[in-house]
Amino acid sequence: MPFIPHTEDEIRDMLSVIGADSIEQLFDEIPAHLRIKKLEGIPDGLNEMEVSRLMTARAAQDGMPVCFMGAGAYDHHIPAAVWQITTRGEYYTAYTPYQAEASQGTLQLIYEFQSMMTALTAMDVSNASLYDGASALSEAVLMAVRGNRKSKSRRILVPTNVNPVYRSATKSIVQHQAIELIDVEFDTKTGQTTLDALKAYEGEDITAVVISQPTFFGTLEQVDAITDWAHANGIMVIAVVNPTSLSLLKPPGEWGDKGVDIACGDGQPLGAPMSSGGPYYGFMCCKKEHVRQMPGRIVGRTLDQDGKEGFVLTLQAREQHIRRSKATSNICTNQGLVVTASTIYMSLLGPQGLEKVAAACHLNTNRLIEKVSAVKGVDVLFNGIVFHEVVLKLNKPVAEVLAALAEKNILGGFDLSSDYPQLKNAMLVCATEMRTDEEIDRYARALSEIL
Amino acid sequence: MLIFEHTTQGRQNTAQAPVVNAEVNDIPVELRRKTAAPLPELSELQVVRHYTRLSQKNFSIDTHFYPLGSCTMKYNPRACNSLAMLPGFLSRHPLAPEKFSQGFMACIYELQNMLCEVTGMAGFSLTPMAGAQGEFAGVAMIRAYHDAKQDFERKEILVPDAAHGTNPATATMCGYTVKEIPTLDNGDVDLDALKQAVGPQTAGLMLTNPSTLGVFERRIEEIAKTVHQAGGLLYYDGANLNAILGKIRPGDMGFDVIHSNLHKTFSTPHGGGGPGSGAIGVSNRLKPFLPLPMVAKEGESYRWLTEKDCPQTIGRLSAFMGNAGVLLRAYVYMRLLGKEGMQRVGEFATLNANYMMAQLKNKGFDVAIPDRRASHEFIVTLKKQAKELHVTAMDFAKRLLDLGYHAPTTYFPLLIPECLLIEPTETEAKESLDGFIEAMLQIQSEAENDAEFVKGAPYTMPVKRLDEVRAAKQLDLSWVNQS
Repeated sequence: MPFIPHTEDEIRDMLSVIGADSIEQLFDEIPAHLRIKKLEGIPDGLNEMEVSRLMTARAAQDGMPVCFMGAGAYDHHIPAAVWQITTRGEYYTAYTPYQAEASQGTLQLIYEFQSMMTALTAMDVSNASLYDGASALSEAVLMAVRGNRKSKSRRILVPTNVNPVYRSATKSIVQHQAIELIDVEFDTKTGQTTLDALKAYEGEDITAVVISQPTFFGTLEQVDAITDWAHANGIMVIAVVNPTSLSLLKPPGEWGDKGVDIACGDGQPLGAPMSSGGPYYGFMCCKKEHVRQMPGRIVGRTLDQDGKEGFVLTLQAREQHIRRSKATSNICTNQGLVVTASTIYMSLLGPQGLEKVAAACHLNTNRLIEKVSAVKGVDVLFNGIVFHEVVLKLNKPVAEVLAALAEKNILGGFDLSSDYPQLKNAMLVCATEMRTDEEIDRYARALSEIL
Repeated sequence: MLIFEHTTQGRQNTAQAPVVNAEVNDIPVELRRKTAAPLPELSELQVVRHYTRLSQKNFSIDTHFYPLGSCTMKYNPRACNSLAMLPGFLSRHPLAPEKFSQGFMACIYELQNMLCEVTGMAGFSLTPMAGAQGEFAGVAMIRAYHDAKQDFERKEILVPDAAHGTNPATATMCGYTVKEIPTLDNGDVDLDALKQAVGPQTAGLMLTNPSTLGVFERRIEEIAKTVHQAGGLLYYDGANLNAILGKIRPGDMGFDVIHSNLHKTFSTPHGGGGPGSGAIGVSNRLKPFLPLPMVAKEGESYRWLTEKDCPQTIGRLSAFMGNAGVLLRAYVYMRLLGKEGMQRVGEFATLNANYMMAQLKNKGFDVAIPDRRASHEFIVTLKKQAKELHVTAMDFAKRLLDLGYHAPTTYFPLLIPECLLIEPTETEAKESLDGFIEAMLQIQSEAENDAEFVKGAPYTMPVKRLDEVRAAKQLDLSWVNQS
């Protein structure tokens, strides 16, 4: 019996202790007519060799195209040590550290993770993670509604250059709580959110504004000016940031005079494989004064009975198992295992390694821009600096071009036409540190052959 | 020591970082980071050693019996991990076109169908990233269903008082108020109270069956009828699905929507607190509202269902496809077990729990509901020990750690004083169960002879009991911001 160790003798002995004739008898409190005899629709079990054969074939079937796609999931190098250590049974098969004394490994690791995230973002505190970037933004919105006591409106300004699926997931998650998400259009020349567009709301009661740095288009926002404008108008600032970029770009804790109130984003670029979309994790950092409004697990350092340093889950009075219907969120878990990977990733790369990753991504993308700009039928849509993604405007429908690139085993980019029909024939392209000069040249050549 | 305290300024691991031959000089200075982030600087060996040593401070299923009630800490087969981490799966971009995705999508499609089969539901969406998000999706669908019928008067969700804390928290997130229904001493829901409570304001009832008290709700059909007749829907919290896997299906009991914690019943790892998966299944009437994405099969190929196919969907809950890697692990697990293996899960989980309950009862421990069958878990109450010996459930829990056992769930459900909720799972051998029972007897005898000794436990862990009050009052949440 796969994974079940019982022998016939043991089963007999155990039933006799229970005083039952058969295992079936243990289910005698369940109405007999509801019980099923068989699971007809489930295939017969396979052994490990057979399942391996099946999965190996399926994994191979999906090919491994050269990836120029980003749009929220990024192809980065992950050092070998990261997942070898992460999948040690002591991390992989532990649960939430409720018994702190028997979970100091996980707890200290989360404390170190929180410390690293505050280092990267220049914020005061971090939680132990949320599900992904989209859920982190939705929780940040809920947190701002609780945190901005001066605002009664529950209205949030969300520029449309924020990742569209983050916006739609946030809408799905917060819509039942009378929260209004207001679209703020970006400037069509620069892809940026302008102060003028925001100033249209001056004098109104606005709870928070979301700023994405870089934007979904890869362009850079005037983060200082927007942050200061918001604070001058009693509006909380939620930053959505790419963690790779933070080694190069100004961290949200230093935007404007006071820094943002909440910073969040997706931790995938820090050591999680693209893996079809998950598991990733959402990170969330905030200013000290908002910590009691923050959702999710938080680990604190304290002392034991002998005065020795140790780590515990703390501020649990915010959480569902204590507060039930009055909790800050229904969230129980974090994405512990992926946080483990990320903590090891950041430790291995260190500040200089992370800066090199960010620089290599940026320089590769600049090189890509230079190469494809020379291709007839390709225009760079927005003027200005980008981090590691760029919007290209084509003289043909994007779907057609992407299909032709796929024939050449190239994952050519993300088609923006359904989320941004007004941009017409635009696609979002990314070149991380993984792309070689040769691959970038090949990409440009392929485009010129197709267009 | 913290990893930060092993830092030597200027130390670098050049093997892991890319080579950068040019300066970044095009980003305006006001958008640039001014000083490097204060992150650790170590060699690869130092990092590997630090995190390997930290791991050794954890209890885990791979190292210890972990009978944590309501969490289903069963063995996580290693094949599930290695096959989900094949390079083709890891490198697949979530937005890759269907051409580069057929292998992955086949797994997702078949997993959707197998979950329908084992739960008796009509449709499944795998996108929720944890049980709590599955609950959210489920209650949001209940709301969407009533809204679609222009029935806006249903503002209340009913929840038994034994429920997980997520149930009421979720109902609130969906804009509902919560009304608690009492539980009888025998563990069943108070049906008379339920009949009093339902009405035109009832959106639905959230129920865990078997309940968190470790017994099967015997009058489930009457409960379903009561809620349905009032126009409400029935939500199944799948936390305890392991108890009945292959024996009875929530769909056949009358439930309209269920979330299944794949990290419990289908053995994906708990990972120190996630990632989980709260896949969500529904009966026919809720099918149009399922969250996206889902996979459909047309001819021999698979395609993603979008908002165009499902105009009434409650939308998206994650940026991509939920915790895709977790889903692959659950898929491998289900294929390894097959139809026969899955039926054995419920049987042996139940056998192990009833055996432990019978033994502990025989040896003098009080169980919370003594004359009922245990499901896959049961409750020992240490009320007597707390009163007579001043040794609490927490003291027993801490002393168990010294004896090499992870403690059961303590102080949940809230209804039972001084409780230990014990769930052995089907993958534990009889000798583990016997060892745990021996440990409980040893602690009982220690408590009778030297209560103070038990109250001082644990003694063999990396730390003794920690000062939680200090942790909450003198907040120390980041090394960086205090040095």
